[in-house]
Amino acid sequence: MNLVSDSPQRLFIIGGIFLILAGMIFGEVFAVFILHPSIANIDQALQAAAQAAMAQDTEGVYTHMRDLGMYLEYKGTKVDAHSHIIQFGYLALLLALIQPYIALSETIKLRLGQLYLFGAIVLPPSVFLIHYVGLNYSPLETIGWASIVADTGGLIIIIVCVCELFGLFKYFTNTDNQSEEKTDLLQEYRWESRVLLASGSLLLLVGFLFGAWYAAFKLDPHETSEVAILQEVMAESINKNRQNVAQALNQYGLHQAEKGVSIAAHAHINEFGMLALLLAFIQPYIFLSQKWHRRWIKVMVAASVVLPVSVLLELKFGLLAMILADVGGLFIIVSLFGMFVGVLRHTGKVDAGFGAAT
Amino acid sequence: MNGSQKLLIIAGLILAVLGMSYGLYYALFDEHQTLQGMGMSLATGFANVAEDNLPEARTAIDNFSAIQSEYVREVHAHSHSIALGMLLIVLGMAFNQIAFAEQHRFLISLALVIGAVLFPLGVLLQTFDLGIFAKILSILGTITLIAGFFMVTWGFIKPFSTDNSKEQN
Repeated sequence: MNLVSDSPQRLFIIGGIFLILAGMIFGEVFAVFILHPSIANIDQALQAAAQAAMAQDTEGVYTHMRDLGMYLEYKGTKVDAHSHIIQFGYLALLLALIQPYIALSETIKLRLGQLYLFGAIVLPPSVFLIHYVGLNYSPLETIGWASIVADTGGLIIIIVCVCELFGLFKYFTNTDNQSEEKTDLLQEYRWESRVLLASGSLLLLVGFLFGAWYAAFKLDPHETSEVAILQEVMAESINKNRQNVAQALNQYGLHQAEKGVSIAAHAHINEFGMLALLLAFIQPYIFLSQKWHRRWIKVMVAASVVLPVSVLLELKFGLLAMILADVGGLFIIVSLFGMFVGVLRHTGKVDAGFGAAT
Repeated sequence: MNGSQKLLIIAGLILAVLGMSYGLYYALFDEHQTLQGMGMSLATGFANVAEDNLPEARTAIDNFSAIQSEYVREVHAHSHSIALGMLLIVLGMAFNQIAFAEQHRFLISLALVIGAVLFPLGVLLQTFDLGIFAKILSILGTITLIAGFFMVTWGFIKPFSTDNSKEQN
């Protein structure tokens, strides 16, 4: 891989790790400071709507439902911003890996890289702003300016991906390229890469199995019981039985929490598996002492297990599991930052002419 | 780059682009309406309770559940197709590190591609009135994907021989 100055690979690798780090730090801040208060607001709005219904205050019901929608949007757009910025980081690393197989000029590849990073930097903050900008000054009835900018960012990324796909097809269809020897990214055996490949695929396999189990045995019952609980809330509201309404709403909250932690555990274990696989490729470009290099890998693999398992145990162990999950997230950020520093040191070495560029 | 790697990378890129295009279409033309529909159904349900109309409230909640179920599947089809597309690409880049012969690697890559296409397709088709067919499709996709990925994991954990990585088409 070519990490010389102004190469598309360098842009994609540094930009990709930067995006992943930014997304993870945002996720950590969200988990510690925003998630639980916003869930409490959602619960309160639903309770207020049920109480207004009991009081036969139709106008009050609509007001509290609007609040509920607002709180859901507040939480949802933050989760979307967090997940999109990380996904764009992963995609940037992937695009870095396939650059040697893109049959386009270096200048075009570099411009595509810049365009990609522009789209990846524009979309997540725009998604974050959807809740705050709303429909103010929007030319459309249902979509606000923040959504329009976010969608434009998404379109830019799609265009870049289509161009990369075109370059890849060009490479594969050109018979001259087929005979050309490309340097294999993982040609030589490396402990660091091998550990990340094996642990990443194991994490993904566990994530897949958990997802399949959830889809087979939990998804439909969850959906059915959610309706049943809401029906009960309504029936008890008509009966004006405040205690039963409160009990049913509490059950609804627990049900939502159970669904939330299952989905979060599945998503995070898969994300970390993917991250480990991607990082396996950039290990030759991390300029750190072997001791620290391997230490960061061990920390990352251990934290990749700790976070999703702790998320899953949150309902059973409460605050302790939440703290453990946040500490796991923090260790992943720290280890990724350690590797990021290693990549920057490698590029510095290349720029100074002390090491091989590829 | 050998056949299994090419298959995984091209299929992965196509799947990711399709997933993104669907996401863009969904965000522009469907998501806002769906979310509004969900909110309105829930609000109508509670408003019906305020008016002591339980049958109408139940209908509104059933409507809410149907829209929510559709929304979840549409979002999952979008996110899973992109995530699986990216996974196919990264596996394509590392596939020469799997400790199997190329013909076996090709079969594993084929299983992964079939699973990665069938699973989100099955999830998306569950939003249409196709009965059990869509579910069967997504279950088949899941099984194929997990079987393929089990082999990949085994191939990465197995002791690595340099002959495997040098073996080309």
